[in-house]
Amino acid sequence: MDTVVLDVADVNKNFAGLQALSNVNLKIKEGKTHAVIGPNGAGKSTLLNVCVGRLQPDTGSVTFDGEIITGKKPYEINQAGVARVFQTPEIFADLSVEHNVMVAALAKRDGSFHPHAFRNLVSETAIHDEALAVLEDLGLKRMREMKAESLSRGDKRRLELAMCLIQHPRLLLLDEPTAGMSRHDTNQTIDVLKRIKERGMTKVIIEHDMHVVFSLADWITVLAQGAIIAEGPPEEIRGNPKVQEAYLGGAHE
Amino acid sequence: MMITRSPRHDMMMIGVFALVVLTMPIWLAPFGAAYPDLLQKFVIFGIMAVGYNILFGLTGYLSFGHAAFLGVGSYSAVWMFKLFTMNVIPAVIIGTLMAGVFAVVIGYVCLRRSGIYFSILTLALAQMCYNLAYSVLTPITNGETGLQIRPTDPRIIDAMFLEPTERVPTTTLFGIDMTGYGGFYFCAVALIITFFISVRIFRSPFGLKLRAIKSNQNRLNYTGINTRPYLLIAFVISGMYAGLAGSLLAVTDPLAGAERMQWTASGEIVLMTILGGAGTLFGPILGAWIIKYFENIFSAFNDGRLHEIFSFLPDTLESIAVGISAQFVGEGWHLTLGLMFMLIVIFLPGGLIEGFNRIVARLRPGQARRRAPAVEEKEAS
Amino acid sequence: MDAFVLQVLNGLDKGGAYALIALGLTLVFGTLGVVNFAHGALFMLGAFCAVTFNLLLNLSERVEDPNITAFTAYIDQPYLETWLGDFGTQLMDYSVPLSILFTIPVMLAIGLAMERGLIRFFYKRSHAEQILVTFGLAIVLQEIIKSFFGANPIPVSAPDTFVGTAAIGSLIGLGEGVAYPYWRLIYLAFSIVVIAAVFSFLRFTTYGMVVRAGMADRETVGLLGINIQRRFTVVFGLAAIVAGLAGALYTPILPPDYHMGMDFLVLSFVVVVVGGMGSLGGAVAAGFLLGILQSFASMNEVKDLFPGIDQIIIYLVAVVVLLLRPRGLMGRKGVMET
Repeated sequence: MDTVVLDVADVNKNFAGLQALSNVNLKIKEGKTHAVIGPNGAGKSTLLNVCVGRLQPDTGSVTFDGEIITGKKPYEINQAGVARVFQTPEIFADLSVEHNVMVAALAKRDGSFHPHAFRNLVSETAIHDEALAVLEDLGLKRMREMKAESLSRGDKRRLELAMCLIQHPRLLLLDEPTAGMSRHDTNQTIDVLKRIKERGMTKVIIEHDMHVVFSLADWITVLAQGAIIAEGPPEEIRGNPKVQEAYLGGAHE
Repeated sequence: MMITRSPRHDMMMIGVFALVVLTMPIWLAPFGAAYPDLLQKFVIFGIMAVGYNILFGLTGYLSFGHAAFLGVGSYSAVWMFKLFTMNVIPAVIIGTLMAGVFAVVIGYVCLRRSGIYFSILTLALAQMCYNLAYSVLTPITNGETGLQIRPTDPRIIDAMFLEPTERVPTTTLFGIDMTGYGGFYFCAVALIITFFISVRIFRSPFGLKLRAIKSNQNRLNYTGINTRPYLLIAFVISGMYAGLAGSLLAVTDPLAGAERMQWTASGEIVLMTILGGAGTLFGPILGAWIIKYFENIFSAFNDGRLHEIFSFLPDTLESIAVGISAQFVGEGWHLTLGLMFMLIVIFLPGGLIEGFNRIVARLRPGQARRRAPAVEEKEAS
Repeated sequence: MDAFVLQVLNGLDKGGAYALIALGLTLVFGTLGVVNFAHGALFMLGAFCAVTFNLLLNLSERVEDPNITAFTAYIDQPYLETWLGDFGTQLMDYSVPLSILFTIPVMLAIGLAMERGLIRFFYKRSHAEQILVTFGLAIVLQEIIKSFFGANPIPVSAPDTFVGTAAIGSLIGLGEGVAYPYWRLIYLAFSIVVIAAVFSFLRFTTYGMVVRAGMADRETVGLLGINIQRRFTVVFGLAAIVAGLAGALYTPILPPDYHMGMDFLVLSFVVVVVGGMGSLGGAVAAGFLLGILQSFASMNEVKDLFPGIDQIIIYLVAVVVLLLRPRGLMGRKGVMET
């Protein structure tokens, strides 16, 4: 049961003298929701960027599903089964909501390159139905013909999530999925993520909102100044004095 | 929705389009534009714009080098005429293929970068082709004079079947003269076919992915799609369209000159596309027709015509009006072109099709609100 | 060895022109975030400032020729000579260097008008739209010049004193064969002075420091409450002046015509790309480098080996550099990459 899906081993990353990640080790287990928390500038987003191939670590490696993915291109890592939701929604702003999701579905079905230059999209009924199902699931079906850019911020995030979910990734990375959301939207998102969890999808969540973290996480890793300072199940982290100090210290700076 | 329209609807649309194109000699007559020379230009530059739209309209990659492919198409076609036969079929095929080969090479290099780097690279490489055509490649391009058909050309295939003549032969399609209306209909068929292909691309998953590149290439990478081969294919297709257009130019008038490859020519193609509306199906063709129409009218104007037009004004005003407007017509056509370029980008970046849709949307406010603006805008195309 | 030095020298003046244009392009990219395809037109306008100034100095009245008495003949008597005598003649002779005084205010006015009237509305629009609108502007500007000055190149001569060649060879201990036209030497010196002036402006004045900070991080500087907008306008004016001066003084080397702007623009863009987008030092270095390379490629020995190489060397270098070092020689990561 405790298969390690993602293994971050001794990763270091230095930005012009600033140690963004120092000797970070992380094992993400199958089916678990793993939260990474920490004050601003702790290196959380850098860690995600290393995992999806946006940044190359200076030393160390990232293994996904038994295969080293450091040095691979983002699209290769996605094809291997890692999907990511960004901190600011990255969607296809001038395509319709439906097409946003269909692009993701096509990428999953056809691989990184497949020129269906002469098939009509209308005949892609399987893909279309699948897209509608996912949109329905996330409460976006109503808006399927709208331009993605005209969605509210919360809906854009949900759309991005839909694009990830339709790919049935083995690992879903979420970078502050509720940042800037109203309480209502946040709770809705928590519900969605809980449902995904029930299906057994492995997730890594970066989050500031402790309400979100403690409602979802099975395991929490605390980063401060690029290093892991604590790790454990939520109850344990909640009472950890080192963690409180890191947050308070961060707030003072 | 634009992308997901039923194939039957598309076939009807293409049918109507074909009808419009083939009847151009009739409905353009009242505009004084129904003579073969201009009609040929309409359809040929229509092809050019349709092809350019596949690259710029769908992927958003702004190429300033497509005139080079046009030139390659023309030169290859004229060489086919000179060496083998005046029949246009091999010329068109080879012209298109040669442009495709150039597009693969240039595209491979330029597509390593995106954004303005890409635009600059295409501009530079096209300028390089132009320089080469003018200088070192003179044996192939005949430099400044341009490549022409001569009675003394070998024309190996023709020599086997036809009586040699002293005259400069004309291009033919199995005996049909290709310089007048024959040429127009030949090009018109080519336009209809290429338009059909472009509609299929627009409607396909491939086209959807190209749009996604324009919209957010970063997201596409993290969605598991390798964008470069898609871009290269789009680039090569549009390059081949340009090559086809170039070879058709040679079909209707068998000579090829380097000025066809200059950056102003590339700029004109860009202008056609944005004038009509990049990313819409009909927009670029409309843009090509409008520009070629006005180019024809404006460059034919001279002071005499202007005096006639402004003759209702008092003398002093008349000469002022003529003096000012003379700057914009005849030789000054490029000034008008540049101004049009600026005005369109400033006030109507979506092109005429978008402007048209805005007006329609304003007239039918209820309609517009029910649908997203994007969907509305694409509807008409 | 002599030939080598000669080619380096030959390349340097052209390189100077590239460097000056590329410098302005980079400044405008870096600060305003605008891709200005009309920058070459500014170079061309500068050249025509010199032409105009020359025409103004040579304004003449038609008078009877006093030397011919047999019949009435007319000669053109320049007003300057009438008013100032020999000094006037000298002024006319020095029209090109003096045109600097004319070019600076004119180019400043043109630059400011361009930025206020057009460019500033495009800060927030996509690069493609910036390219397109400035491209249209470039066409308009060059067509206007064409309608005033015609399509043919207009020769403008350097002052008589500088028409000959300098025997550089004997000066620096090389063969007599190394001779170099004075004016090109002056152009080279001039471009170095202008480049140095721009760099010291950016480095040593507070104004320039803010501009440099703006190049590095526009948002932050904006947040500091500095009116970055006004400074951008000034930067654009400065870039226009630099391009204009480069053009004005280039006239004795290359008679200006209306499309010289685009020719130089394409090359200058290549220079910027090779140097690294957003790097001022890179732009200058690459400008001189490519100028020299081009001059080597025009040597007969090289041309015999690779026919046509002089026409394409710059583009080839650009392609190779971009394939090997996508960010250019001195480019920073993340500049203009989207």
